[in-house]
Amino acid sequence: MRNVLFIFKRELGGYFATPVAYVFLVIFLVLASVFTFYLGNFFERGQADLQAFFNFHPWLYLFLIPAISMRLWSEERRSGTIELFLTLPISIGQAVLGKFLAAWAFVGIALVLTFPIWITVNVLGEPDNGIVLAGYIGSLMMAAGYLAIGACVSAITKSQVIAFVVAAAACFVFTVSGTPMVLAFFAGWAPQGVVEAIAGFSFLTHFAAISRGVIDLRDVVYFVSLVAAFLFANAALVELKKAG
Amino acid sequence: MSAPPMLEIRGLKKYFGPIRAVEDVSFQVAKGEVLGFLGPNGAGKSTTMKMITGFLAPTAGTAIVCGHDVETDPIAAKKRIGYLPEGAPAYPDMTPAAFLDFVGAIRGFDGAERADRVALAVDRAQLAGVLHQPIDTLSKGFKRRVGLAQALLHDPDVLILDEPTDGLDPNQKHEVRELIRRISPEKAIVISTHILEEVDAICSRAIVIARGRVLADGTPEALEKRSRWHHAVSVVTAAGEVPRLKALWNAHPAVAEFEVAEGEEGLAMLTAFPRGGAPMLAELGRIAREAGVRIDEIREERGRLDEVFRDITTKAA
Repeated sequence: MRNVLFIFKRELGGYFATPVAYVFLVIFLVLASVFTFYLGNFFERGQADLQAFFNFHPWLYLFLIPAISMRLWSEERRSGTIELFLTLPISIGQAVLGKFLAAWAFVGIALVLTFPIWITVNVLGEPDNGIVLAGYIGSLMMAAGYLAIGACVSAITKSQVIAFVVAAAACFVFTVSGTPMVLAFFAGWAPQGVVEAIAGFSFLTHFAAISRGVIDLRDVVYFVSLVAAFLFANAALVELKKAG
Repeated sequence: MSAPPMLEIRGLKKYFGPIRAVEDVSFQVAKGEVLGFLGPNGAGKSTTMKMITGFLAPTAGTAIVCGHDVETDPIAAKKRIGYLPEGAPAYPDMTPAAFLDFVGAIRGFDGAERADRVALAVDRAQLAGVLHQPIDTLSKGFKRRVGLAQALLHDPDVLILDEPTDGLDPNQKHEVRELIRRISPEKAIVISTHILEEVDAICSRAIVIARGRVLADGTPEALEKRSRWHHAVSVVTAAGEVPRLKALWNAHPAVAEFEVAEGEEGLAMLTAFPRGGAPMLAELGRIAREAGVRIDEIREERGRLDEVFRDITTKAA
């Protein structure tokens, strides 16, 4: 566990050593606000909750999370530091976990920095802060899902551009798999069970319940197992790359 | 040698698809040995080193580091190895201080001990002046030394250095060689290089590989003996004396052939190559003196490693 902590610290520090972190945080906060107040009609709804805020998180994450995850492994491979990193006395599991947790903590920081929106809604009305908290927890879990997918993709390539594009595409599939656009495509010919399974993979469906304040065990299990599966795949891909 | 080798390479092979990068490389390195790993570019030096350090999985064979198999017990093996990868990669956004602190932490050192280890490595690699600059902004020489400091931090039993002096100026090269010489009695060291003078300077043993195979393995002196220049005799004399001297020496059975190089001011250098590599300086000197041939300078040549190297690596084609 010590090693995970050291890797975590180094990775998280790495975000802030370059402008990447600041650019990301500013863009994330600006977009989150724009979406909430303009597209989400925060004021016009006249309701003291953060639905308008959370509803756009899947779409924000869709392209912002791959921007965080793309460097995790690709950058190491491109700069050759991976040779140094993987010849240190650490297990691949520790390496994967340390990197993932650092990226996740970074998203956590971005989420924490949205607190002015939370203050705003508390000034304007009397929201159920339990529901707001559930929304934040759900958003963080969903971010973990996107990140795990992105980290896994990043392990395949030394090009950050490829890592970004492929991760964004994969995340898109997971985001929209519950929408009529996708389901209609399968509904015509696939058995009902398959269609339901595909719908069950949708981030939107699982996040929707949590963001309304309902933390259902099934949704938690979904995100946790998704993250575990992709991190496992990530470790397997890093191991596979050793073969050359 | 009675002690078990600190590093043992057993039948390493690495194929990348149809490309056979390393084809059955085996050797052992004992404590106190500095092994020069020589070969042309693309010979498989770096690939072999990547397999020893556990970065690449071998197609066949393995490396045993102080009794730990890199394949089955990688973490224990990696703890005993200090590795400077080719090009000395290091995290560009970090400062050497932060980078070495990170490596020290992963290597299992805490608090004061970590600080001491980092301080010692910084001192050995002479990094004090750039400790707080991003590695990105450092010169090639400093980057290389950051990599060396990182490899030496935990005082490893086995050091694998991939071109440790590449990109250093002559003074820095000298420093690094001194450093390696100083620490070598306690360690098994493998250095890849294509600088042959380096082999002469610090290596107690040299291995030549080409196309993934070990072609020669011995002390630098033993390798030099393979050279036709080994025990050759060169003499500087007046150009007019050359034919007479040639005739005198040619009568001697140890002499195989001659080479003549014209010099300035009517001088020339005549080199006699031995048959079978036996010493003949004393004999030839006596013959010349007794005949009263003018001699400005006479010396015995050393074997030429570069020639041996070329010979070994091109013949195998």
